[in-house]
Amino acid sequence: MKTDIVLAGVGGQGILSIATILGAAALNEDLYIKQAEVHGMSQRGGDVQSNLRISSSPIASDLIPLGGADLIVSLEPMEALRYVEYLKPNGWIVTSTAPFVNIPNYPEMEVLEAELNAWPNTVAFDMEEMAKEVATQRSSNMVLLGAAAPFIDLETEKIEQGIRTVFGAKGEKIVESNLKAFRAGLEFAKSKM
Amino acid sequence: MNSKRLLLGDEALALGAINAGLSGVYAYPGTPSTEITEFIQLNPLARERKLHSHWSANEKTAMEEALGMSFCGKRALVCMKHVGMNVAADGFVNSAFTGANGGLVVVAADDPSMHSSQNEQDSRYYGQFAFIPTFEPSSQQEAYDMMGYAFDFSERMGLPVLMRMVTRMAHSRGVVAEGEVRAENPLKYPEKTRQWVLMPGNSKVRYKELLKDWDKCEQESENSPYNTLSEGTDKSMGIIANGIAYNYVMECFPEGCPFPVLKISQYPLPTGKIKKLVDECDSILVVEEGQPFIEERVKGMLGTPKPIRGKLSGDLPRTGELNPDSVREALGLPALPKQGASQVVMPRPPALCQGCSHRDVYAALNDVLKEYENPKVFGDIGCYTLGWLSPFNAIDTVVDMGASISMAKGAADAGQHPSVAIIGDSTFTHSGMTPLLDAINENNNMVAIISDNLTTGMTGGQDSQGTGKLEDICIGLGADPKHVRTIDALPKLHSELMDLMREEIEYPGLSVIICRRECIQTARRHAAAKAKEAKK
Repeated sequence: MKTDIVLAGVGGQGILSIATILGAAALNEDLYIKQAEVHGMSQRGGDVQSNLRISSSPIASDLIPLGGADLIVSLEPMEALRYVEYLKPNGWIVTSTAPFVNIPNYPEMEVLEAELNAWPNTVAFDMEEMAKEVATQRSSNMVLLGAAAPFIDLETEKIEQGIRTVFGAKGEKIVESNLKAFRAGLEFAKSKM
Repeated sequence: MNSKRLLLGDEALALGAINAGLSGVYAYPGTPSTEITEFIQLNPLARERKLHSHWSANEKTAMEEALGMSFCGKRALVCMKHVGMNVAADGFVNSAFTGANGGLVVVAADDPSMHSSQNEQDSRYYGQFAFIPTFEPSSQQEAYDMMGYAFDFSERMGLPVLMRMVTRMAHSRGVVAEGEVRAENPLKYPEKTRQWVLMPGNSKVRYKELLKDWDKCEQESENSPYNTLSEGTDKSMGIIANGIAYNYVMECFPEGCPFPVLKISQYPLPTGKIKKLVDECDSILVVEEGQPFIEERVKGMLGTPKPIRGKLSGDLPRTGELNPDSVREALGLPALPKQGASQVVMPRPPALCQGCSHRDVYAALNDVLKEYENPKVFGDIGCYTLGWLSPFNAIDTVVDMGASISMAKGAADAGQHPSVAIIGDSTFTHSGMTPLLDAINENNNMVAIISDNLTTGMTGGQDSQGTGKLEDICIGLGADPKHVRTIDALPKLHSELMDLMREEIEYPGLSVIICRRECIQTARRHAAAKAKEAKK
């Protein structure tokens, strides 16, 4: 197996918690992993991305080549579009539609939505709304991870195991709430496939 | 239990050092090197062993403190970002002359593409310049393994060792399998005592020995397990690739590279291996992360008519970091099919956090300076560098750590008024105290604003060495206590901030204004920790 993922968002949104869970799941499976992230100045409200590569054979580069990603997972709609050059022509975009507006020239939502919908394989939804419905807003990232799960070559139970590993220390209640959010995202994505 | 761990390159280095019997890490925070020291500060074995891991005031003090530990026979680690090497350079270059007693490893984390830096200097030149052997890992596992190897090497050769990282290695996670854990060294003093006293008579003797040591280091590089030459089937081209650049070459050939590849991860360069590759192949492609260090040397070393391609020839970009795509192009391979870039995406530059105290300082400063014809504001390195961007556009220069105060002094000497320096608390104790002493001694007509957020903010909130002591430091250096003023940096004190700044700009001598309020990020963290504690 081999899945190359571009994780995208705005500094402070927390894209790395998604990477941590997938990393834990892949490590449990004895898979190879590379995950490049960005620290420092750009974390202050700028655009941030992480390249996550999971494979059953050794991985050479920490960075995904242009046209090499299977999947873009984004916490923010404009940030999803920033990386479309990295996507394989038949790759998937899984993104939240809730905009993070901290610049004066942020594009109109209709323009972003039109471009996202023009992409052949897109799962776009408001992750915060869904998280609030089924669990709490704090589990938004898990809704998004759930929606991305069908496109990642890891069994769903293994990703759930990753969620248990990462949130285990915070108690059973938090684990269950995150699992609920994850499953809601998963069901939603399946309905779009 | 799985003994494998998913670690950042920085964390792999840290774990490798702890397990190699480290006794102390000395560092000043700097992207992309900060996580090495932070890992050691939190590691259970490091805590149990009480390894030194307190932050140092700057990279020079860190370098020399580690050298002192090495003098006593213990293993010491120094960590910094690439520009920290400029600060540490005096101690670093001269440590080749003293040599190392206990193993001494200096990590310089370079930042090609300047993700979070003011330049992209290549630390390998420092290694070559100082005659200090240099290592460069290409994977997280190699980073872990190489640390133990480097400490052994340092003790065996009696020399400090430079470990060069780059951002994509430092801040990328990979799977690491841990090895054996070694005990710390006992106290043991140097056998050769003269070379630790760098008086001319001693140094003249030592320099000749150092040059001989350098030849031995080159022999080590020839036989190093980290400098590997792979046989290829197609000898029309030979590839030389360093550290992480090797990965990009391999990424382009999922079925295996048909060309011979010489991977370089240990310097000085292995001349013999390079000659062998050049003799075998019709042309050479040098793929290196950083400046064209290898390419220049290969050209100079060989005097061969065979074509040598790389950054100097324009086959690879001269600036910025490499990536699988630029390397693919240099290898003559077609790009992968892809869609065009989106045309609607806007740049999203970083900005000061909402609620950040630096915002209040800039807001007041801008309003006061509107009253003057040609105000000049000299900035410094930290989150508040973002004050150059809109909406503040508040500073005229940013150069290096501490340069705000020194440049404001030079400008005041030139007759500039108002001449204002703005510097953070951690940067002030790093390199701002000495230029302030200069300005105090001449009572320059200038204002130094210390925007004190009680932390080293840009790198994620590490302890700041001057916290609670800034007024005492300034007065201790000789500043007039009447013109060392402190005020809370709060939006509601906007007019008070303005009045205070105006008064001190009008005072015809040196003033220090300390604008104080905790970093919004660390304040949130402290509040959360407090709430958690209260719940218990």
